[in-house]
Amino acid sequence: MFKIVKREEMAEGTVILNEIEAPLIANKAKPGQFVILKANEDGERIPLTMADTDAEKGTITIIYMVVGKSTALFKTLQVGDGFQDVIGPLGKPTHLEKLGKVVCVGGGTGVAVLHPITRALKEIGNDVTCIIGARTKDLLILESQMKAASNELKVCTDDGSYGHHGFVTDVLKEALEGGDVKLVVAIGPVPMMKAVANLTRSYDVKTLVSLNPIMIDGTGMCGGCRVTVGGKTKFACVDGPEFDGHQVNFDELMMRLQAYCEEEKHCYEDFCTLQDAT
Amino acid sequence: MTEKKVKKGKAARLAMPEQAPEIRKRNFKEVPTGYTVAMAQEEAARCLQCKKPGCMEGCPVSVDIPGFIGLIAEGDFTGAIRHIWTKNALPAVCGRVCPQESQCEGRCIVGKKGEPVAIGNLERFVADWEREKGTGELPPKAPVTGKKVAVVGSGPSGLTVAGDLIQKGHSVTVLEAFHKPGGVLVYGIPEFRLPKAIVAQEVNFLERLGVNVEVNAVIGRTVSLDELFEQGYEAIYLGVGAGLPRFMNLPGENLIGILSANEYLTRANLMKAYRFPDVDTPIPKGKNVVVLGAGNVAMDSARTAMRLGAENVKIVYRRSREEMPARAAEIHHAEEEGIEFFLLTNPTRFIGNEKGRLTGMECLRMELGEPDDSGRRRPIAIEGSEFHMDTDLVIVAVGSGANPLLTQSTPDMELNKWGYIEADPETGKTTKKGVWAGGDIVTGAATVILAMGAGRKAADSIHQYLTWGW
Repeated sequence: MFKIVKREEMAEGTVILNEIEAPLIANKAKPGQFVILKANEDGERIPLTMADTDAEKGTITIIYMVVGKSTALFKTLQVGDGFQDVIGPLGKPTHLEKLGKVVCVGGGTGVAVLHPITRALKEIGNDVTCIIGARTKDLLILESQMKAASNELKVCTDDGSYGHHGFVTDVLKEALEGGDVKLVVAIGPVPMMKAVANLTRSYDVKTLVSLNPIMIDGTGMCGGCRVTVGGKTKFACVDGPEFDGHQVNFDELMMRLQAYCEEEKHCYEDFCTLQDAT
Repeated sequence: MTEKKVKKGKAARLAMPEQAPEIRKRNFKEVPTGYTVAMAQEEAARCLQCKKPGCMEGCPVSVDIPGFIGLIAEGDFTGAIRHIWTKNALPAVCGRVCPQESQCEGRCIVGKKGEPVAIGNLERFVADWEREKGTGELPPKAPVTGKKVAVVGSGPSGLTVAGDLIQKGHSVTVLEAFHKPGGVLVYGIPEFRLPKAIVAQEVNFLERLGVNVEVNAVIGRTVSLDELFEQGYEAIYLGVGAGLPRFMNLPGENLIGILSANEYLTRANLMKAYRFPDVDTPIPKGKNVVVLGAGNVAMDSARTAMRLGAENVKIVYRRSREEMPARAAEIHHAEEEGIEFFLLTNPTRFIGNEKGRLTGMECLRMELGEPDDSGRRRPIAIEGSEFHMDTDLVIVAVGSGANPLLTQSTPDMELNKWGYIEADPETGKTTKKGVWAGGDIVTGAATVILAMGAGRKAADSIHQYLTWGW
C-alpha cells in the first residue's frame, strides 16, 4: 500500500492534495512526469501528473479535482489510508532549457502540474512570469507556492472576484506584446490550452502543453491515449505528456475525452447516492 | 520412471465437455469444463508410450509427455504433475492455451491413423487436479547459491525463467509493470479461455517456491537495468513482451469507438470491466462490433464483445480462411458462438457522427494474387467493390510492435531494425553483459509456449553464467 501522509482540501473541497509515500518514484521523478494511481482492487487506473516530489522524505504529491467516481473515491481516503497501487514515474520529463523570458500559464488543477515545471525553469536561470487563473477566487489553488516558484505572478478570475477580471489569455497577450517571450508553458483545461496555443501561434512563440487523455497502462501498450500531433498519431503516455501546443489537435482530444461520459455519469451518481446514504 | 504396459486403445479421442454455445456466448465462465478422473484415465490409455516420442520433439519445453500420461493412466496424478513441473512451471496455462494441434499433438503417432491423444486436455486435467485435490507438496530445490537474478516481466517467458532458476537454487525477483503479475495471461487472454484464478495459482506456486514478485515496477522508468546491477543482481532476464499496438493508419482511426485489442482486452480482463459498474473501469459495449484481424487475439476480442452483449460481431480479414493465423479450435469456438467472418475484406476508412463517435466503416473486397514475402498469397483490392458496414465498435487486432519504453532507456543494448532486442537464439544472451532476453520482445508477437521455450533456454544459460561465469 502507498500511504497518504498529508491531505489537504482546496478550492472549497473540490480539489484535493495528497502527499503519498512512494520512495522509488520520488527518487526518480522529474518535472512533467506522471503516475498512475489505483485506489483498491476494483478501482480504475487514473493518470495524474505530479505536483511535487520529495526524494529525502520519499514522497510524491498529487493534486486532483473531484470529477467522477474514481476521484470521488480518492477523496474518501484520509491520512493513514493509502492507494493500493501507484505506478511511475511515467512519461517524458519536461525539456528544461535556459531561454530568457518564459511565461507559465495555468488554469484549474493544471496549476498543480505547472508548479514543479515553473520552479525548475526558474532554478536554471529563466525569467519566469506566471499567469494563473480560476473561475472564481475560492477555486484558485497554490497562489503562494506559484509566487515563490516564479519571478512574477499574475492572477485572473473569470468573475473578477480576485486579480485581473478575465481570462489568462488577456494577461498573456500583454506579456506577448513585449516581444521578448521565448517560451510559453500552458497547462489546464483543454479549451484553455487551445486558446493559449491559438494566441501564441500568432506571435510565433513556442508553446508547450501537457495533455491528460484517457489512459490505462501508461507504458505504451494500450493506445487509448492517442492524440494527433502535427497530423501524426502519438501516444501521450510515452511520446508525451508534453507536446508542441501549435501542433496538437485539441478538438479531437476534447472529443476523445468524452468517450465514457455516459458510463461515468451513472457510475458517479450511484457512488454519490451510496455515500449520502451511509 | 516405471514403464508400465497400458492399454493401447484404438478408441476415439475423448472430447472435452463444454458449455453449450448459446449459453456460454453470454457468460465469462470457462468454455471447456475439464475431464473427470475416469475420462482422463481413459484418454491416457490411448497413448502408445512410444520409445521415440514425436510429441516431445514437438514441445518447445520438452515435457516428458509419455511419462506423465503413463502416470495418469496408472492413477498417480501427484506423480504426473511432479513429472511435468520438472520442465514446465505453468501446466494449467499450457494445457489451455498452447497450440497443441501444431506442436505435441501434431506429432502424435496415434494421430497418423486416427485422432491424436488429447495431450493438452490431459496436462490441464492433472494441473487442475493438483490445484484442487493435491497435497500442495513442492518439487525439490537445489541448495541455495546466494546469486540474485532479476526477471523483468511476469508473462509466460519471465515466469518460466523464474521457475527454472529458483529450482536451481538462485534467488529470483520478478518485476512487473502492471499491478498484477501474469503479463499477457492476465491482460490478454480472456477469463473464459484462461480463468485468472488459475494464473494467480501458478504465480502463487512460484512464490511458494521462493520467487519474490514485485508489481508496479516499470523497469526503464522506476528503476534502470544498471541500477538493478548496482542493487546486487548478477543477471537480468527481459521478458517484457511486444506490447505496442499496431493501428491501420486509416482516416478516422481516432474516432470514439475504435480501440486496439490491447486496450479492449486489458479493460475486459485485467480491469474486469465486464463487471462495470461493480468495478470502476468502463468498456464500450458495441451493438454492431467489428474486429479487424484473424489471429487468436482477434478471436478473443470478438468472443469478448459477444459476451458483453453485442447484437452481432464480425471478423473482418483481408485474406482467406486458409491464411487465418488463429488456432483452429478458437476459430471453431468463435463460429459456434455466432461470430460472422467477412473474409477477403479490407477497411479503407472509418466514418463518425458529429460527436466523433464511430458509426460505420468503408470496406473493399479483395482477391488473392501471387505469394508475397510472408509466403502467403497477397491480397489485392478489387476495384469499385467499395461497400459500407454499420459499426459502433471496432477492435483493431492486427498485431503489435516492439515497445520502446525499456529499450530506449538502455542505449548500450543492440536492437534490430524493428526495435526488437538482438538476442542469441540458442541462449537468449543480449549484447549487454549479464542481460538475457526472450519472448515477444525478441521474436515479435508469438505464442505463450514459444515464449516459455525461450525462457527455458535463457534460464539454462543464466545458470551456467552464474555457476561458471560464462
